[in-house]
Amino acid sequence: MKKVEAVIRPERLDTVMEELGKLGYPGATISEVRGHGKQKGVTHMWRGAEYRVEFLPKIKLEVVVLEEDVGRVTASIVRAARTGSIGDGKVFIYDVENAVRVRTGESGFNAI
Amino acid sequence: MKKILLIIAIVGLLLVLFSAPAFAEGEQEAKSPDSIATSLDTVWVLIAAALVFFMQAGFFLLEAGLTRAKNSANVVLKGAMDFCIGALVYWMVGFALMFGIDRGGFLGASGFFSNLADPTWNGLPLYVFILFQTAFAGAAATILSGAVSERIKFSAYLLATICITGFIYPVVGHWIWAEGGWLARLGMIDFAGSTVVHSVGGWSSLVAAWLLGARLGKYKSDGTPNAIPGHSITLAALGTFILWLGWYGFNPGSTLQASPAIATIAMTTTLSAAAGAIVAMGITWLRYGKPDVSMSFNGALAGLVAITAGCANVSMISSLIIGIIAGVLVIASVEFIDRVLKVDDPVGAISVHGTCGVWGTIAVGLFAQASFGEANGVAAVNGLFFGGGIEQLALQLLGIAAVMAWVLVTAGIVFVVIKKTIGLRVDEEGQRAGLDITEHNIEAYPDFQPALSEKGGL
Repeated sequence: MKKVEAVIRPERLDTVMEELGKLGYPGATISEVRGHGKQKGVTHMWRGAEYRVEFLPKIKLEVVVLEEDVGRVTASIVRAARTGSIGDGKVFIYDVENAVRVRTGESGFNAI
Repeated sequence: MKKILLIIAIVGLLLVLFSAPAFAEGEQEAKSPDSIATSLDTVWVLIAAALVFFMQAGFFLLEAGLTRAKNSANVVLKGAMDFCIGALVYWMVGFALMFGIDRGGFLGASGFFSNLADPTWNGLPLYVFILFQTAFAGAAATILSGAVSERIKFSAYLLATICITGFIYPVVGHWIWAEGGWLARLGMIDFAGSTVVHSVGGWSSLVAAWLLGARLGKYKSDGTPNAIPGHSITLAALGTFILWLGWYGFNPGSTLQASPAIATIAMTTTLSAAAGAIVAMGITWLRYGKPDVSMSFNGALAGLVAITAGCANVSMISSLIIGIIAGVLVIASVEFIDRVLKVDDPVGAISVHGTCGVWGTIAVGLFAQASFGEANGVAAVNGLFFGGGIEQLALQLLGIAAVMAWVLVTAGIVFVVIKKTIGLRVDEEGQRAGLDITEHNIEAYPDFQPALSEKGGL
């Protein structure tokens, strides 16, 4: 099992979830996060004075998938989340040791 | 048992309802035109007083919106308490100093606890007049709140409110609005209070904000200002429009009678406010590249403050010009106070009420037209631009200077004394936590996550 963790633009979340559903992964955990990469922040204006917002709102999406699906899942997230502009986000892939379903106690991929 | 009681109650109610007109018919008397006029005047002034009273909400919503969420509970309690305390203090002392029997043109001195022998005031019931004046005193006091926001001690603010509504404001009101006041006798015109209310608020804001110092993090070490964005432009917008609505009581209500003049005054008020907002928006659009929302709202208020003195004495075109100039002045003034004087005024109260209050008072000396004054039942005077010469303008300037001196000195003393005794300023730690926690042990938005600290965010 692998965990695919994607930091994406909030407005791309719906499209990404749709694509994941098509691949048989309808479930995911998301969190509202803030961050920036090379994009850096943006400059706003308040009553004539400029100020920087360094960390921009993003969505962090986590989904655990079978090892053989990692390539397809990652590719579809990248496709769905991309706008082509700076600030589209990143995808990280981790090993997952085990998983347990709280309701039944099942473990391994059955728990996903 | 319950049903029986209910039926009896309904039958009884119906009997009362149907029999009441019979009683009324029996004692019907023709009301004299005079008493009808008095009734209308009373209703009008009461409605106007209610509109001005509601401006308190406008003031604190505007202030809450333009400041950070962690101070919101403090902001709204300041705005509520300055009216509540002001209402009692003005009833006890303020009204007597303002409208009591004149002593040397300087202040009134009778009718403490609003206890006057005559139950009427120029034909109006005394209490509707006092209520109207109380709402004005509340406005004069609450202007200060925005300028000292996010850092003044709550207790210090309450003490200042007592001094403003009980002494500083009523004395100015006496000079300009009471029959025996020295500026009134000279002929200064300030119909609804560009100077009496707004400049008093503006000048006391300037002194207080200067003595209090800037909010934590407002200025960089080299003295350039940081932006401290407010938490809700939406609340600020609602506050601004409540204030504007209230102005339809503030200006037309100052006729103190339901005369045709209220229509003219409501219209000059509208034109000036609209022009001020548009001009402020246009200037920020040119200067900053985008139309600035909160500055545009300040522009509307600038137009309203500026037309307040002359709303019964000027033409529609003049009111438009007064508003346009107010829109320019308010932006220039906000930038000047923020960057040159380096006095921290989170909502622009000094610029809106001080600068534009002065401008509005000057504008009477320039734009007044005798024909409008006469038609609206106020002093028929021509200003400089309408062949009246320099005389009225000079009087206006004298009034402005006298009120400025009076408020700077008295408010200065009040705030220095508060600073030396209980202290004015919430300490660094308290400001970081927010005045909601420090001063009231509460959070205005307990379910919300505080904004992450970004540059200029704390």
